[in-house]
Amino acid sequence: MTGWQMLLYKEVLRFWKVSFQTVAAPVLTAVLYLMIFGHVLEDHVRIYDSISYTAFLVPGLVMMSILQNAFANSSSSLIQSKIMGNMVFLLLTPLSHWHWFIAYVGSSIARGLVVGGGVFLVTVWFTHLTFVAPLWILVFAILGAALLGTLGLIAGLWAEKFDQLAAFQNFIIMPMTFLSGVFYSIGSLPAFWQRASHLNPFFYMIDGFRYGFFGVSDASPWLSLAIVGLAFLIAAALAVHLLRIGYKIRS
Amino acid sequence: MSAISFQSVSKAYPSPRGPQGATFLALDGVSLEVAEGEFFGLLGPNGAGKTTMISILAGLTRATSGRVTVMGSDVQADYAQARRKLGVVPQELVFDPFFNVREALRFQSGYFGIKNNDAWIDELLESLGLTDKANANMRQLSGGMKRRVLVAQALVHKPPVIVLDEPTAGVDVELRQTLWQFIAKLNKQGHTVLLTTHYLEEAEALCSRIAMLKTGRIVALDQTSALLKAASSNVLRFKTADTLPDALASRARITGRIVQLPAHNALEIEQYLAAVREAGVSVEDVEIRKADLEDVFIDVMKAAGEST
Repeated sequence: MTGWQMLLYKEVLRFWKVSFQTVAAPVLTAVLYLMIFGHVLEDHVRIYDSISYTAFLVPGLVMMSILQNAFANSSSSLIQSKIMGNMVFLLLTPLSHWHWFIAYVGSSIARGLVVGGGVFLVTVWFTHLTFVAPLWILVFAILGAALLGTLGLIAGLWAEKFDQLAAFQNFIIMPMTFLSGVFYSIGSLPAFWQRASHLNPFFYMIDGFRYGFFGVSDASPWLSLAIVGLAFLIAAALAVHLLRIGYKIRS
Repeated sequence: MSAISFQSVSKAYPSPRGPQGATFLALDGVSLEVAEGEFFGLLGPNGAGKTTMISILAGLTRATSGRVTVMGSDVQADYAQARRKLGVVPQELVFDPFFNVREALRFQSGYFGIKNNDAWIDELLESLGLTDKANANMRQLSGGMKRRVLVAQALVHKPPVIVLDEPTAGVDVELRQTLWQFIAKLNKQGHTVLLTTHYLEEAEALCSRIAMLKTGRIVALDQTSALLKAASSNVLRFKTADTLPDALASRARITGRIVQLPAHNALEIEQYLAAVREAGVSVEDVEIRKADLEDVFIDVMKAAGEST
């Protein structure tokens, strides 16, 4: 096992050891969303002709869980080891900035997929789902988790206190996920908000992911892939740069 | 080749007080060579720059100017090699609360790319008296036990150069002895050791060579024996409850009722005693002892204070 593999393994073990909090809790939250919104809106909202609201909602909730947990994984791990001071053990090793990046983002993808898989397994029984293009499902799940894991890495490096991280999560990540079409199709929005939604990269992650299930979406999956891929490359370039200069971790 | 080499190393930090853009120098052109196999002591008051030097050596902090190498590897340009050759025991008692002792040591080995390190990990646990704590969570350990784990973590990759930043601060006598026996054994096996400590008797007993640091500069650097020789060779020590005459007080080190006066020869001692008698000061427990590193340290710091 080389150095980055050990760091990846440790980061996966870190969330797995407290999986009641890091996996079971977000799965329960997603089920509550499904039960409440599904119950209230099932007979009132129809998004695409052939798809029930609950079926529409399930992939949205799965993707939302993937994204939020991927972000939480890298950001909370980094801020904890900064505040506890145990980051020094990593800083003393020969691991390069690329190794850090791969391990932190890799473990975030793992957490995102584990939680997303859990949400899927529990919610899939509430409805009838199709899997028109499974590869798209996988591609958007992994790429979305990678983007949010990378954003979590940047936020974790930047934040010096837990409340700064919470602000990043509550004022940027949460609104962008909630306004991305998890609970509705942006086709149902007024024209202004439709255009605004097209500027939100989170919309493309959820829309592309949903395309894999139903074969219909608000935007072309190729466009979504290009935009999410580009967002990931930009975030990754910034994250690797910050790690290379030791932003807020080496003085 | 030097085990550790500092070449004109300076470190400027933004000044917490003063105008925008003002800096203060934590290290001011420090040059120092530590040879392979040495047991080297770095002494100085708080804020002298000891931890800054160690942080630069370990790659935790970047020097503003100058160059630092570990066994010939530059700590910036060739950081991966430099860090493989260096084991650092940090000053703060830090730990990862998610894992137990053995896991922490396995992870640390893994970060250095070392597979199947259990035989060496067991030996470290045994030498540091941690065997029965191997499966205990880090949170459950006492401060002394956490300190031992820090030492073990610094040594998992068998580094030729070991740095201990105040390893015995707040540590009980038993651990101090276990720790020093173990470190002395490693030093005998050829490991270079760099130690910072506030316990001068430890430095005197262990270090073959010592550098004293004050306000970012090296103010003394020599063999421990030579430093001891250069200081006043004896110290007159007594207890008194009375006030000393000014001529004596200005030369004395006074700790509560204990007065210590540096003396180079018997005549000087006689003069001190005569002055005490004349002033009518009543003294008890009079003794003459050899100067120790603490006397040297105080002399050096005083002289450095006068010259700056």
